Amino acid sequence: MYVAVKGGEAAIANAHRLLADRRRGDRSVPALRLDQIIEQLGLAVDRAMGEGSLYDRELAALAILQARGDLIEAIFLVRAYRTTLPRFGYSTPIDTGKMLIERRISATFKDLPGGQLLGPTFDYTHRLLDPTIAEAAEVEAGERRDADEEPAPRVTDLLAGEGLIEPDGIADSDEVGDLTRSPLEFPLDRDLRLQALARGDEGFLLGLAYSTQRGYARSHPFVGEIRIGEVEVELDIPELGFAVSLGRIKVTECQMVNQFKGSAKAPPQFTRGYGLVFGQAERKAMSMALCDRALRAREFGEDLAGIAQDEEFVISHLDNVQSTGFVEHLKLPHYVDFQAELDLVRRMRGEYEAAQAADPEASLQEAAE
Amino acid sequence: MARGLSCRFHETTLAATDKIETQMTEPRVEDAGGRQAIIAALAAAAGADIARAWAAWDGKPEFATVRGPETGLVMVRGRAGGGGAPFNVGETTVTRATVRLSTGEIGHSYALGRDADKARLAAVFDALWQRPADRAGVESVVIGLKAAASEANRQKREETAATRVNFFTMVRGDD
Amino acid sequence: MADSAAIEGGFADLVLDGQRVFRATMDALANPGTVNRLGALPQPPAPLTPELAALALTLCDHDSPVWLDATLAASGVVADWLRFQTGAPIVADPAEAMFALVADAAGLQRIEAFAMGTDQYPDRSTTLIVAVAGLAGGATLMLRGPGVEDEIAFAPQLAIAAFVAQWGDNRAKFPRGIDLILVGDGAVAGLPRTTRIEEA
Repeated sequence: MYVAVKGGEAAIANAHRLLADRRRGDRSVPALRLDQIIEQLGLAVDRAMGEGSLYDRELAALAILQARGDLIEAIFLVRAYRTTLPRFGYSTPIDTGKMLIERRISATFKDLPGGQLLGPTFDYTHRLLDPTIAEAAEVEAGERRDADEEPAPRVTDLLAGEGLIEPDGIADSDEVGDLTRSPLEFPLDRDLRLQALARGDEGFLLGLAYSTQRGYARSHPFVGEIRIGEVEVELDIPELGFAVSLGRIKVTECQMVNQFKGSAKAPPQFTRGYGLVFGQAERKAMSMALCDRALRAREFGEDLAGIAQDEEFVISHLDNVQSTGFVEHLKLPHYVDFQAELDLVRRMRGEYEAAQAADPEASLQEAAE
Repeated sequence: MARGLSCRFHETTLAATDKIETQMTEPRVEDAGGRQAIIAALAAAAGADIARAWAAWDGKPEFATVRGPETGLVMVRGRAGGGGAPFNVGETTVTRATVRLSTGEIGHSYALGRDADKARLAAVFDALWQRPADRAGVESVVIGLKAAASEANRQKREETAATRVNFFTMVRGDD
Repeated sequence: MADSAAIEGGFADLVLDGQRVFRATMDALANPGTVNRLGALPQPPAPLTPELAALALTLCDHDSPVWLDATLAASGVVADWLRFQTGAPIVADPAEAMFALVADAAGLQRIEAFAMGTDQYPDRSTTLIVAVAGLAGGATLMLRGPGVEDEIAFAPQLAIAAFVAQWGDNRAKFPRGIDLILVGDGAVAGLPRTTRIEEA
C-alpha cells in the first residue's frame, strides 16, 4: 500500500535544482555539447539507442547528458520519449547482405570472400590506459587503400550451399509479433524473443551468454560472422505507390554457429544464433546470438541444462527499464506496510522470548528443528 | 596445407556466390534516376546541403504545407538469421512533409531524423521535379547530392579496406 | 497514387483541434445522452461527413484498424483520405476493427458482427462511430446508468434496426460488448456499453 507523500514539494523542487547543479558541475569547466557526446562517446550513444529502442543519435546523446552518464537512466529517458511520437509504420526488413561494411570478421573461415576487415576495433589494443588521448592532440585520419568491389556474402549463406547449416528462421505465420503493442504471453515465438533480446540489457545478456559457455546449456559456439556497418531503411508509402529509402542506420549483426548432433526432429547440422542491434555493439550482438540459440532449445528437443534456456526467466528479466522500475520502486514509501511488518515481528519476538523463559531446553530444540 | 584447404573452400562457395546478393556498389552519378531515386537522394542528404541547394535555387516557388513537417516513428525490421522471418528490432525517428506548389504539384518527403526544415524543402524539391520546366534543375541538384554521398561512401570503403587482413602463406625452405 | 482530394481537408491545427474533439468525445462517453459541441470541423471528401472525419482524425492512427460501412467503402477516395490523414489500416472484416465508421445507420445490419472484446481484455472491442441526421428530434429513449444522474431523455435520429433490442443483447455480454458514439450537427453524444436504454 502506498501512502501519499505530503509536504515534499519544496524538498523535491530543491532536489531538482541540486541535481541540475551537480549535473553541470564546476562552472569554470566548459559544458558538454551534444555533438561532443555523439562524436567522442559514440558507443555509449549506440547503447542508449539500442536498449532505449530508438535510433536517434541526438536524442540518445541528450539523454546521456541529462542522466549524468547513467546509461540505464538515459535508456529510460529514451524509452519515455518514444511514447510521445506517433507510429508511421513498419519498415521493409533490412538487408544486411547489402551493408556498407565498416567491420567484418569471421572466426570460422580465415580467407573468405570479402575478406577479414578489422574496422575500428579494440580487439588488438593492449588495454593500457593512454594519457595522450586526454591531451587533445591532433589525431590522424584513417589510412585509405583501394577498395576492390569483391562482394562479402554472408558466411551462413556460404555454409548453406553444402546443406550443413540450418537455414534462416522461417515463421509459421505472416504476422510479425510486436511487444510494444501487445503484452507478452509465454511461450513466445522467435520473432518476439529476438525483439526482446535486441532491446535487452547488455550486462544481463552477457552474463547469460557466458553461462552457456560454462556448461549451463550444451553449446559449442563459433562466431560465423560479425559485421558492422550501414544499411538502408525503406518504408512503403501508400500515397506514393512505392517504397522510399529513408536513409541509412548503423547496425551490428552476429551469426553464431553451434554444433548439433541431431535428434529425433532434425539431422546433424550446424545450428545458429542470431544477434542484430543498433549501432556498433559487438558484445551485445554476440550475447544476443548466444542467448537466441539457448532459447531455441525447445525447437531442437534439447534438455534444459541452464537458466539461459528458460524463456520465461530470460525474457521477463532482460529489460533493464522494467527491472529497475520494480527494483527502484522499493524506495517509494512503504510506511504502512512496514508498520504491519514491525508489529508482526514484535509479536513473534514476544512469543519467542516467552517460550524461552518458560522452557529454555525445549524451545532450543524446537528452534533447531 | 593451408593453400589446399582454402582452394576446397573456394570451389564450394563459387557456386553459392552466383546466387548471393552483392555488396552495395555505388551507382554512376550521371544518372539522377526516377522519382523514387530523387526522393531517396534527398532523404540521404544532410539538411545543410539541401538548405544550400534551396538558397541557390533561382525562382523559388510559392508553396503551402499540406501536412507536417511532422516527426514520428518507423519500426525497423530485421530478418532472423539475416534472411529469414522478419522481426522488429527497434524504432527510428522519421520526419515527413507534404507540400503543394501554387501550380498544384504535390511533393512528399520522408527521411530519418527530426529535421523539419529538411523535410519541408525536400518535399518542395520533389514537387518541383514534377514540373517539366524545373525537372532538369532538380536533377542537377540531386546529382550533386549523390556525388557528395558517393565520395563519402568511397572514403569509408577505403578506410575499411586499409584494415583488411592480407593472409599470406609462408613458404618453407624445404621446397 | 492518391490525388489531391486525399491530401486536403484535414484539421487546421492537428494538436489543438484533435485535443478539442477528444475532450468533447470523452465528455460525451462520461455523460451518456448529453450533446457535446465539436467546434471547427475538417472538410473530408463526401460521403464521409465532417463529424465522422473529426472523430477519425482524433482517434485513429497506424495501430487502429478501421471498418467502413458500405456507403463509405464504395468511395475509394474516402479510404485514401483516411489512410493518408491517419495512417489507419482499413479492414473488411468488422470483427477485426477497432473503430467502425458508419455514414448510413439504416444500413447497419447487426451489431453482433463487430468485435466484442474478450473476458481478459474487454476493451479490445469495436467502437462504432455513427453519423446521424441530428442528435435530437428522433424517438425519445430513456437512459440510466454510470454517468447519468437518475435518468436522462435522449432523442437522436437513429435509424439502426431494432436498436433497443440489439442494445439489450449488447448489455447482456458485459464486460464484453461494443460502445457507440453518435455524431451529427457538429456535435457528439456517447453510449458506452454500461448505459441502460429503454424506449420512453
